[in-house]
Amino acid sequence: MQEEASIVLNQFRQGSETAFETLFHQHQRAVHGWILRIVRDPATAEDLTIETFWRIHQAHARFDPAQGFEGWARRIATRVALDWLRAQRTQNELSIEVCAEVAAPAIADPAVSAEIRMKSALAFGRLSPKLRIAATLAVIEELPQKEVAAALGISIVAVKLRVFRALRLLRKELERQGITP
Amino acid sequence: MNERDEERMKKLLQQALPPVKVDAEPDGDLWPAMLRRLDEKPAAPPRIRWAWMNELWFDGALLAGLIGLAAFFPASIPLLLYYL
Repeated sequence: MQEEASIVLNQFRQGSETAFETLFHQHQRAVHGWILRIVRDPATAEDLTIETFWRIHQAHARFDPAQGFEGWARRIATRVALDWLRAQRTQNELSIEVCAEVAAPAIADPAVSAEIRMKSALAFGRLSPKLRIAATLAVIEELPQKEVAAALGISIVAVKLRVFRALRLLRKELERQGITP
Repeated sequence: MNERDEERMKKLLQQALPPVKVDAEPDGDLWPAMLRRLDEKPAAPPRIRWAWMNELWFDGALLAGLIGLAAFFPASIPLLLYYL
């Protein structure tokens, strides 16, 4: 089984379309799920999954089978999502309706009003994409920092710094709006 | 911001933007859409010959600016490192 997977990876590196299709079917769900966690919009996540696999297809010659496909695909997916967040920055905010639709049912804390939650989400949407992506994965999705660092191609210390800066800026923004978190 | 504030902010953020459902799946197989994307001819960006030069010029100017800033105002180095 492992040998078969290794053959597929080597064939993909050599440009085999059949191997690419096999890998697409094996990993499309994982890649889609990863992107969805970052962009929080199912339709966008589908488009970006296609974009990710397109980039994977174009970069097949640079793929190192020894490093494994999943981590490589995840790094590319993260870059694609980051590019999208940067492009969307002009819009400057997250769609609260989309967030509510995609998100798991919240365990609503009665001490935190809906208004504060909404303002926090909007303020978060105004942070830089680099900070947002790190905080989304490490704080909201509660993924291990090592995993986040690998996906972003940075060190664990850099992840911690980005999360800290994101939270500090968010707090400042909320305080500016008269909300004391 | 101390550790307690950090924890409070994390909780607030989790309340504002709950995690995405892990079992969320794409609507059906994306392979047909992938095939369509692969069939598309990549559009050549205009003035591709000079695009790298524009980027190089900007990178060079930015680097020179930063070196100049660090040379004339050494106190700005920690600030620059912080924002890197």
